[in-house]
Amino acid sequence: MTTLTVKVADVEQVTDVVKHFTLVPENGELLPHFSGGSHIIVSLNINGRIHRNAYSLMGSTTEVDSYHISVRKQENSRGGSIYMHEEVKPGSILEVTYPVNLFAINKMARRHVLVAGGIGITPFMSQISDLNRLGYDYELHYAYRSNEHAAFREQLEEMCGDKVYFHVDSEGSQLDLKVLLSHQLLGTHVYICGPDSMVKALHLTAKDLGWPENHVHSEQFSAPPMGDEFKVKLVESDIELVVPSDMSLLEAIEGAGVDAPFLCRGGACGRCELEVVECDGQLQHNDHYLSDAEKLAGNKVMPCVSRARCSQLSLKL
Amino acid sequence: MTIKFKQETFRDDYTFSNSPASIRRFPFPFDQDQYMYSVNIEPHTKGEPGSYVEFAIDIDEHYVAECEDKKIVLDQDPDRYIALPHMMDAQWDMVELVMESLSEDYPELFKLTKDGNNWHWINKPLAIDQTFVFGDQSTLPMEPFEYIGRQVQGDWVILDQRDNNLFADMGIVTTQADWSSAFDAGMSFQEWHGPVPHAHEMGIFDRALKFLLNMQYGSPVRRLNWTMTVNPRLDTSPENYPVWGPDNVSVTPVNVGEKVHLRVELQALFRLPRSNAIAFSIRCYLISLQDLVTYPRWAKRLHRVLKTLHPDLIEYKGLTNYHQMMIDYLAPMDDGVDIGLGTQPE
Repeated sequence: MTTLTVKVADVEQVTDVVKHFTLVPENGELLPHFSGGSHIIVSLNINGRIHRNAYSLMGSTTEVDSYHISVRKQENSRGGSIYMHEEVKPGSILEVTYPVNLFAINKMARRHVLVAGGIGITPFMSQISDLNRLGYDYELHYAYRSNEHAAFREQLEEMCGDKVYFHVDSEGSQLDLKVLLSHQLLGTHVYICGPDSMVKALHLTAKDLGWPENHVHSEQFSAPPMGDEFKVKLVESDIELVVPSDMSLLEAIEGAGVDAPFLCRGGACGRCELEVVECDGQLQHNDHYLSDAEKLAGNKVMPCVSRARCSQLSLKL
Repeated sequence: MTIKFKQETFRDDYTFSNSPASIRRFPFPFDQDQYMYSVNIEPHTKGEPGSYVEFAIDIDEHYVAECEDKKIVLDQDPDRYIALPHMMDAQWDMVELVMESLSEDYPELFKLTKDGNNWHWINKPLAIDQTFVFGDQSTLPMEPFEYIGRQVQGDWVILDQRDNNLFADMGIVTTQADWSSAFDAGMSFQEWHGPVPHAHEMGIFDRALKFLLNMQYGSPVRRLNWTMTVNPRLDTSPENYPVWGPDNVSVTPVNVGEKVHLRVELQALFRLPRSNAIAFSIRCYLISLQDLVTYPRWAKRLHRVLKTLHPDLIEYKGLTNYHQMMIDYLAPMDDGVDIGLGTQPE
């Protein structure tokens, strides 16, 4: 992966649980351009262990003197977001990857409906900068729990004008996905980023209403869930290693010094796919990439988020 | 390094030729004695000084003549340039990619100065001096991609990424090995590779597509592809088949070394930043068999590859008429000695 070294120029507390970080290039030059919906992966060295977390780029796609990311503090996470909140300060140096876009707008769409839940608003911030610049037809629906959680509301009102609709749970103005999706023009694409339950609900509603599958886009990065410790044998590298309960399989492989491919680290893109040679227990698939049939077949695994409940897993790597 | 640009033609009197240095740096594609398709993709990183992969975009002694040939084709057939309306961001991405690479890698030939979005581009070999506003189409004499596409060798097809697929939605294609950009425009990855024999069953395209969909900005990749062409003609398009097709039956055992050219495509792929599209460059290198065999190792290798080539590939690559003549020409140069792996000339 091509990486960049950036310096934290500013940290802003947006809500109780969300912080916004402004990253500037260490050498003072411009950062690589990116397209709306892109993310970067930030490497964090937490007590000697490298955590790599994906964060959406929020800033304007035409201004690349800085990158903007926002991080929600996840209380039961493995520590990445807490580290970002508590340890990363103005002046901190971070290593990030070049931008990658796994949540791009479809430029052939006649209309774009964007649906955000909570911190899921972040990828839409840069998408909207593209949609505005290109003059594409869109509307944004932003659902959040209560006004204390209304991150970036003012900024969105300014960017989107009358194209943004806010849905505030605590005020009883819940977003009705069925109403939203049943009155759209033919050729409309819908994009969602938010909590798992919301993403699933939108997919089901769209399917129920007869939306073509390829008009429904979602970005779902899972954090690698914790689990039981298990042993792994990499048959090509002839290396054996242990995956501790709070480490992902991919992190453990990297920790053993083996260069494994990856891209999103959230079970979405399929880049890190590994072939399973043998597993004396059960694979625990947590990705959104493999089909149900592939998961059942059990000969592939996405090590960025998936693991195994077994005593030994052998992988072709 | 200064490059002495040749005055030569790729049509009519065919004055094209390779200098000894150009022969030596030829992208010979066969690293073993038998050829079959593979997903032979590798990182497009900087190679040996002077080699065809020293820089992201290779400029060689044929640059000026190839740009002139491209102009002839575009004048005759403007449809060789196609850009669908949703590709405007990709057009500017291409302007940036070409101008930045060329000015950085060949400072004595190309110069780019930027003051915000006010850019100043100097292309010395083609005597171009242009100031323009990046992002403002009206400040260039033609669409941005056509403008810059005329100033690089080889073909460029720009692929829009959507629906987990890649669509050929933009291109400037004047040096193609018998495929049509007008026919393929708007097609998906599997569709435009439809005619390739065997590779589909081998799963080559599914794997290649998956790889390309996840390609990253800043990490370009490349591969080589090859075919043969009679006479050093760049524009072997289906549209002009009546012009060059009959040349296939003009090969004789006497002229085979001079007439038949190995045609190698350096295919490099770059993720573009603003559009998230992929630029697919197809840079064509030609070499006559008689120039190629000045390196005995290459003569032996090519003889073995042609002798064992699958009949379907002989047909697909259009070699049927002169396949045996090439083998007969090369056979006396092959002593059968093991030459090991690798594409090197010596």
